[in-house]
Amino acid sequence: MTLSLAFGRTLLSVAATLLGLAALTFFIGRLLPLDPVIAVLGPNTTHEAYMAMAKQLGLDQPLWKQFATYLGHLLQFDFGSALTTGKPVAGDIARVFPATLELASVAIVIGTGLGIPAGVFSAMYRGSALDHIVRFVGLLGYSTPHFWLGLMGLALFYATLGLVGGPGRIDVMYELDLEPRTGFYLVDAALTGDGALFKDVFSHIVLPASILGFGAITYISRMTRSFMIEQLSQEYVVTARVKGLSWARTVWVHAFRNVVVQVITVVVLSYAFLLEGAVLTETVFAWPGFGRYLTNALLAGDMNAVVGCTILIGVIFVGLNLVCDLLYRVFDPRTR
Amino acid sequence: MADNISRPVSLSAWLSAPVPTSSWQARAQQLWLSWRALRSNPSVMFGGTVILAVAVIAIFAPLFATHDIYAQDLSIRLQKPSIAHWLGTDELGRDVYSRLVFGARITLTIAGLTAIIAAPLGLLVGTTAGYVGGWIDTILMRIVDVFLAFPSLILALAFVAALGPGIDNAIIAISLAAWPPIARLARAETLSIRKSDYIAAVQLQKASSFRIIFGHVMPMCISSVVVRVTLNMASIILTAAGLGFLGLGAQPPSPEWGAMLSSAREFVLTNGTIAAIPGTAILVVSLAFNLLGDGLRDMLDPRHG
Repeated sequence: MTLSLAFGRTLLSVAATLLGLAALTFFIGRLLPLDPVIAVLGPNTTHEAYMAMAKQLGLDQPLWKQFATYLGHLLQFDFGSALTTGKPVAGDIARVFPATLELASVAIVIGTGLGIPAGVFSAMYRGSALDHIVRFVGLLGYSTPHFWLGLMGLALFYATLGLVGGPGRIDVMYELDLEPRTGFYLVDAALTGDGALFKDVFSHIVLPASILGFGAITYISRMTRSFMIEQLSQEYVVTARVKGLSWARTVWVHAFRNVVVQVITVVVLSYAFLLEGAVLTETVFAWPGFGRYLTNALLAGDMNAVVGCTILIGVIFVGLNLVCDLLYRVFDPRTR
Repeated sequence: MADNISRPVSLSAWLSAPVPTSSWQARAQQLWLSWRALRSNPSVMFGGTVILAVAVIAIFAPLFATHDIYAQDLSIRLQKPSIAHWLGTDELGRDVYSRLVFGARITLTIAGLTAIIAAPLGLLVGTTAGYVGGWIDTILMRIVDVFLAFPSLILALAFVAALGPGIDNAIIAISLAAWPPIARLARAETLSIRKSDYIAAVQLQKASSFRIIFGHVMPMCISSVVVRVTLNMASIILTAAGLGFLGLGAQPPSPEWGAMLSSAREFVLTNGTIAAIPGTAILVVSLAFNLLGDGLRDMLDPRHG
């Protein structure tokens, strides 16, 4: 009963946040110093034509009615047409999103695979050289402009050493070999069974994914470390040690199990932050994903596309936060 | 009082006197103690020194610069570091070192102005929501939640797209994205403060809510807000650089570090140094802010180890 009540409350607050999100993006769309009518018709227009277009765009309506129309469109995933491509924004986003999802997924594998052990070991040997290295690398990760790291990575690993593929998802010479089935090039390339093709795709994704993953490593290891330190100061840890358990067993079997849910929520949240990082990283690596689409829209002043992308990211953020919230409630009895 | 002044005591004895004889002495002792605590914290000292040095360079930029930052000379473009050009030249033959020095001005201005806009706004919203409570709290925090539903870079990008590119709009956009976490922090602090006895005492004297918030709640929140803002400075600097890099912040020929990276991007595959330099500058300054903020937080709140 209390659980379902709490769940209902969470849903209500999510709905309110989403409504606020719509209002904020509506407001951002209206901030535009440019008159939308003039944007369509050009500056030399008659008064009649101006009024007709304003009516067509719904700008003669009162603001709340405009907002209601806007909401109605949003509920149908109708963000209008992008000026740059001339196609509906929703379709554009659906087309470019798999590229970003693939990049973010590889990055999260890197981030989780290295971040969690780094955090746990750092807490396990607190104050040791390892701990200091992990903390310092974490601090560096928080302070480095990742797009710059991407540039330097390209200069070093691509231009100088030739170890990885250049910008883009795939070499031009392979482009026709790849039949897009899932939109995830790694999967598609594996499905063709062509080793050279897979290698090419992999060599393109490894650098941008590592750089995105570096951001995830710093966040995940930092949070894991502080969760673990909190657990390791508990009395049950002393009990386990007194009982004669080894330090490693105490840490991994007893303490780590208590932070698993917290760590998973951090991983889920860092997945969301990867979307933010993707905007700049994709620009550097000419990665034809969501981030580059957003950047191009920004540079072209294409507000429909910008607002569509912004809403999508907001909704993903709210959704992932909801997932974290539910994870806590279901798996962590202490929050009940 | 007169007795105290007439008797000459050494400064250190005066600062460490067990019982201060004037409020001024008490305050000086407090400052002295905080300074000693700061001094023994290496990350605060390192971060603080770097920021101070960058601030001095930024203020006296014309003295540190060796060349005109806008003077182009295509005959010496993309040169490696040399005696004449300490950090080489860029794609238009401009001196990179001098541009870097003037870029520090822009970076610190963005960071400073953002802090000046975002911190008071967040503090005001947070303390009001926390102290007044009720439906005002609900509405204000709902607004904060909506802003927090976006990653700060995305929100700043959307605002810049709406306002138009440029450094002023970038500052507004970053500030609009930076205040909500501060508001949430200030609210949390306020919630723990409002139940304390001294607030009850002021309430009994019939002080207005306005007076209590501004005079008695806000000062208590300031230290944690300062720490938070210092830590946020790093991400503000990174966001500003990102906007500049995308061509939405400071515009060329401005020597903003992100914009410098943006123009260096075309040459990065042939000449790595030209992109390495502004990026390192961004890294050093934001690392310094992170170290300073981390150190300050550890001092104020030892729970975060």
